[in-house]
Amino acid sequence: MRKIIYIIFILPAIFFSQESISGMIIEANKENKHIGLVGANVYWLDTTVGTVTDLDGKFNLSYKPEYEKLVVSYVGFKSDTLTIKSPDKMVQHWLQPTSDLEEVTVTSRKQATAKSFLKAQNVITVSSDELLKAACCNLSESFETNPSIDVNFADAITGTRQIKMLGLTSPYILIATENIPSIRGASQTYGLSFIPGTWVESIQITKGAGSVINGFESIAGQINTELVKPSTDDKLFVNLYGATNSRLELNTHLNTKVSDKWHSGLFIHGNTQNEKHDVNNDGFLDMPLFNQINLMNRWQYTDTQKGFVSFINLKYLNDEKQTGELDFNPDTDKLTTNYWGSEIETERYELSGKFGYVNPEVPWQSLGVQAAFSSHEQESYFGLNVYDIKHNSLYANAIYNSIIGDSRNKIKTGISYTYDHYDELVNITDFERTENSVGAFFEYSYDNLELLNLTAGVRIDRHNLLGTFITPRVHLRYSPWSKSAFRASFGRGKRSANIFTENQQLFATSRTIGILNSGGDIYGLDPEIAWNYGVSYLQGFNLFGRQADITLDYYKTDFKNQVVVDWENPQEINFYNLEGKSYANSFQAEFNYNPFEGFDLRMAYKLYDVKTDYNSGRLERPLTPRNRLFANVGYKTKEKDNGARWKFDATFNWLGDQRYASTTSNPTQYQLQERTPTVSTLNAQVTKVFSKKFEVYLGGENITNLRQSNPILGAEDPFGANFDSTFVYGPIFGSMYYAGLRFKIK
Amino acid sequence: MKNLIIITLFLIGTTTFAQNRNAKASMEVDGVCAMCKARIEKACLNTKGVKFAEWSIDTHELKLIFDERKTNSEIIKNQVLAAGHDVQELKASDEAYAAVHACCKYRDKDVTDSHHKE
Repeated sequence: MRKIIYIIFILPAIFFSQESISGMIIEANKENKHIGLVGANVYWLDTTVGTVTDLDGKFNLSYKPEYEKLVVSYVGFKSDTLTIKSPDKMVQHWLQPTSDLEEVTVTSRKQATAKSFLKAQNVITVSSDELLKAACCNLSESFETNPSIDVNFADAITGTRQIKMLGLTSPYILIATENIPSIRGASQTYGLSFIPGTWVESIQITKGAGSVINGFESIAGQINTELVKPSTDDKLFVNLYGATNSRLELNTHLNTKVSDKWHSGLFIHGNTQNEKHDVNNDGFLDMPLFNQINLMNRWQYTDTQKGFVSFINLKYLNDEKQTGELDFNPDTDKLTTNYWGSEIETERYELSGKFGYVNPEVPWQSLGVQAAFSSHEQESYFGLNVYDIKHNSLYANAIYNSIIGDSRNKIKTGISYTYDHYDELVNITDFERTENSVGAFFEYSYDNLELLNLTAGVRIDRHNLLGTFITPRVHLRYSPWSKSAFRASFGRGKRSANIFTENQQLFATSRTIGILNSGGDIYGLDPEIAWNYGVSYLQGFNLFGRQADITLDYYKTDFKNQVVVDWENPQEINFYNLEGKSYANSFQAEFNYNPFEGFDLRMAYKLYDVKTDYNSGRLERPLTPRNRLFANVGYKTKEKDNGARWKFDATFNWLGDQRYASTTSNPTQYQLQERTPTVSTLNAQVTKVFSKKFEVYLGGENITNLRQSNPILGAEDPFGANFDSTFVYGPIFGSMYYAGLRFKIK
Repeated sequence: MKNLIIITLFLIGTTTFAQNRNAKASMEVDGVCAMCKARIEKACLNTKGVKFAEWSIDTHELKLIFDERKTNSEIIKNQVLAAGHDVQELKASDEAYAAVHACCKYRDKDVTDSHHKE
């Protein structure tokens, strides 16, 4: 019996020795340790006979006497050819790493704003380079060099800047932080100013329907902000900013490696403005006094071998604003008619966690789980109007990624849960409501690697106030010829409108509030439903031997129901369900050109047709320019070895005339013209980079010193019947200059 | 008896290896640009049983994951060769190479140089 076993054992060995060779490929190292190279290629020269080494670096290869030269190659190592005289000797070979590989420099021009030629969605990625073009200061100001997003002029009272996309205000845009919807509900109005610019690593702007993964709320588009990561951000980063309007900002980032797998970052932001400005002599502050403290602590866990990534974030925000008449003193005049004044205090806590697993064996398989909790509390008054809101929110989402057949067919599927509790006080009326939803989504994407991409997603949600509904969203890309991309998309969005917090400027008027419906679940109103359709065409080409591209896009948003915000009676503001039509059509033409090394030019034209059927008839949405022109030029000198260079940047904006909400029923002295004048502004910035560690910048906003002379209607009688601070179409404060520095240690 | 177990284990090892549904392989494939990348990856993925193919423009490494019950790296290699790309020391046929786009003529030094300049 024993003998037989031995024979069986020996038999294969005899086989091998007759027609194959075996061996081991080892990585050359100083200690001469036997570290096998996995996946090295071993083959006979000029044949197709070959194999790859196994987990221990070992291999077996068939042998014929005519084979002599054995080639051993591996990416990152010098290939070797061995001469094999006899196959019976075990081959042991040490492969030397090449240093050539490290010297490969990829010199393609990095674009600060990149448009994708390959994705199905119309996604614009804004890198941190682009964000540095406008030195300031928070997320709302980060979009100033981007023509796809419009940044409104700060409103006369709160000084907040609202953004618009496709002619629609920010509530119709899903704004997420690292794919967790973050600027929504109570933080809708001021939320963009609660994300400091230096925390932002990159921004992805999706025009049109977007993906179903992050929820059903987006209508005009999605904006996702990636924050800086403790593992890749500078160990120490300090940014100081000061402006002629006495605004001061300080940003500090501290990042440390806690252990092999843990990184931690502490991010501290503070901003303040404590000087009263009244350039237009209307007795009101041109911008509020403010103080903000904003803290974030991030923990990052990475285990690349096992494929685990995790983030834990803690955030705290405290923001105080005071505005109104110059002589207003909150201690004595709060909620009195001595002087008109306003204070807005916000406190917000956020806790979010993310957990991701990528199967190291099969890279297409991954699982992501994210959860976020936030508590947002705003206490405020505007003259005699009181507005408080508390909003607690919970969001959870799990996504599974895989493929069908091969990696050209990808799927994403998962479930999500949301919970929102709102408690609002509007003067003396309490509004309280709870919303929750459970949803499941499935997204399929097909990529034939060259000409065609398709992303089709659907989600079904069960929501306590919006009902059970299906949200489909489809994107298609087709590139019939080189450097081209035709895109088409459609999708549906549904949301509940938070009428007070989204339209907070109404409190700084003497208008009476009217909600004209009572049957619905959200303030008596019905949910908003809209379909968005879009087509776009991107073409890259060479102009005088340099890269250029042109984009044309057209988007149409069609509201099935909308909560109409009706400002057309100057004594009232009314909210009611849409009866008839409401739509936003937008056309944009954009041209990008790099005429010579370091110089970038971007020009855009936009046409908006945004109309709603009000009770008084179909009208253009107030304060939305029909035409807009945009131009941005940037020049960078060549970077020296120590990183030193100059950067210059200028942005020009022209807005066509805008419609004022009707004032015809006002006494003549409080009547405005039908339309506003046109507005053009110029911003510019110079940055001097001294080294990789230190840079200084200097810039100006609204350099031509354009001003809207009387932004507040009835400013001389703020408690009278015609006080209104919402007719702002241009800058209130004139030109403003700023300087700042950035210091970083890698 | 001990030896028998060892032998059995050995055999099980090879059988499961031979039937690996997610077998991995890596090889060096010559090419220059994103168009090459699409062509190489497509050639692989069009081979029945290939689930994943990723070619790096910088390192020229082609990473593959495939179902060993349906295909093997020899078949895939031949597909890449047929698409006109050299694999390791194996040259694609002249006909296949002639079919690749003018901007992808990776054997031409002028073409590769112009790609590196961009």
